[in-house]
Amino acid sequence: MKYAYYPGCSLHSTGKEFDVSIRAVCDKLGVELVEIENWVCCGATMGHNLSRLLAASLPMTNLARLPEMGLDEVIVPCAECFSRFKAAQHSVKTDKKLRRDVVEVIHKDCNEDVGIIHPVTIFAEEPLASRIPGLVKRDLSGLKVACYYGCLLTRPPKITGFDVDGYPESMDRVLRAAGITTLEWSRKTVCCGGSLALSKPDIVVNLSHKIIEDAKSAGADAIAVACPMCHANLDARQDDMEKTFGVHPRMPIVYFTQLMGYSFGLSPEELLFDRHLTEVDSIFGLAR
Amino acid sequence: MTEEIITLKEKSFKLGEAVAAVSDIDVSFCYQCGKCSTGCPVAYAMDLTPTQLIHAMQLGLHDVVYKSNTMWLCVSCLTCSTRCPQDVDIPGAFDAVKILMERNKETPREPDVLAVTKSFAQNLRWFGRMYELGMVGVIKLRTRKFTQDLGMGMKMLKKNKFNLLPGFEGAWETRKIFRRVKKQEKA
Ligand code: SF4
Ligand code: SF4
Repeated sequence: MKYAYYPGCSLHSTGKEFDVSIRAVCDKLGVELVEIENWVCCGATMGHNLSRLLAASLPMTNLARLPEMGLDEVIVPCAECFSRFKAAQHSVKTDKKLRRDVVEVIHKDCNEDVGIIHPVTIFAEEPLASRIPGLVKRDLSGLKVACYYGCLLTRPPKITGFDVDGYPESMDRVLRAAGITTLEWSRKTVCCGGSLALSKPDIVVNLSHKIIEDAKSAGADAIAVACPMCHANLDARQDDMEKTFGVHPRMPIVYFTQLMGYSFGLSPEELLFDRHLTEVDSIFGLAR
Repeated sequence: MTEEIITLKEKSFKLGEAVAAVSDIDVSFCYQCGKCSTGCPVAYAMDLTPTQLIHAMQLGLHDVVYKSNTMWLCVSCLTCSTRCPQDVDIPGAFDAVKILMERNKETPREPDVLAVTKSFAQNLRWFGRMYELGMVGVIKLRTRKFTQDLGMGMKMLKKNKFNLLPGFEGAWETRKIFRRVKKQEKA
C-alpha cells in the first residue's frame, strides 16, 4: 500500500512526535508514505479568515502534485490540514467560478478527485484493522484512554465524510485493536478552543480544562488525540489551568499513533514521548 | 442584547448581499431557531449569540454587526453549521464579515485575533510554511503583550518543540499564490 503524505507545518515542528509515530506505525503495518515534495502550508484558520480564494488555492496547489507522483490518495494527519483540504476540494467542486479562479492562481489544473484520508480512518478499516492485533508486543489492557476527536476531523460530516460526527468510534476501534482499553465519555468532539490559543488563551484554558476534567471523571489515565492543535491546547495549557482553577490536572496527552507504536513494542524514546510538556511516564507503569 | 426599536432602511439590506458576494453564503435562510447558539462553546464570552449576529446581518445592521466581538471569538469549530436545520454556514458568514471589515478598514473589537491572523499571513508570505518562533515574535510586536504565555513558551523551547531556523521550501510558490489572489480579488 502506497500513499502520498502531507505532514503540514505542525508535524515538522511542534507536533514532530505525531509525524515520527505515524511513520513508525505505517512502517510496521506495511504502508508506504511518500511525502509531497515542496508542499506549502494549507493556510489553516488564517486562510479562510482572510480570503475564500486563498483558502481554496493553498490546499489545491498541494493536491495538484499528486498526478506527477502517480498517486491518487493522500494521507493528512493534522486535523486542521485535513479539514482545510476537504473544504477546499468541496468548494471547487461546488463553485465553478471559484474553480476557475483557483486554476488562475495556482497555474495548475484543479485536481478535485484526490482521496483525502485521515490515518485514523485507514487504520480503522480493512485491510489494516485486522493487521493491528498481530503486531501487539506489549500488554496495555490496564491503560484506560479517552479518545478525543475534536472538531475538524468530524465536522461537517457531509464534507469530511468521517465516522459519526457526534459520537465517533474509529479511534477507539484502532486503540482497542492494539489492546488498549478505551472509555465512553461525553466530550469526544467538543471544541478545545483551537486557534484562539495565541490570541485568547483564557478561553482555550477554560474549554480545554472542561475536556480534561470530563476525561478524568470517566477514569482516564491519558487522553489520545489526532491533531497537533488539540494536543498543544490540552498538553501545554495545564500549568495555566492550575493557575486558573487551583489544581494541576496532570493528565498525559498523547497522539493515538504513539500509543499504537508503544503497543507494537517501540521504545518511548523512538516515539518521542519525552517531548510533551505534561509528564506521560505514568503510562509506562501501566504496561504489563 | 436589549430590545430596542430599529428602523430599517433600503440600503441596509446590502450587508447580506455583500456577505454573499465574498462567501457564497445566503444568511437569509436563517429563521432564528437558536440551535447554533445553544451548542456554541464560546457563546459565554460573546456579546451577541451567533443567532443574534446572523439576525443583525439579515437586517443589515452594520453598526451592530461591526461592533460585535462574536465573529472574532468564533473558533470555527463548526458545531453550529453542522446542526443548523437551514444549512447556514455560520462561521463562513462570520469570516465574510471579518473580510468586509478588513476591506472597509473597520476597527475590530478583538484586535489581538486579527493581529494573529495577519502575523500568520505575513509568516507564510515569507517562508511558505509556518515558522513558529518567527510568528510568535511578530505577534508579540503586533499585540504588544510581551509577557503573555512566556512561561509556556520557555517550556516548549526547552522541549525542543520549535525549529530554531525557518525553512524556505515552498516559499516562492506561496508568495506567487498570495500575489495572484490579491490581483484576482481586485479585478
Ligand atoms: S441554527 Fe441556523 S436557522 Fe437556527 S438560528 Fe442558527 S443560523 Fe439560524
Ligand atoms: S463555529 Fe463559531 S459560532 Fe459556530 S459553534 Fe463554533 S465557535 Fe460557535
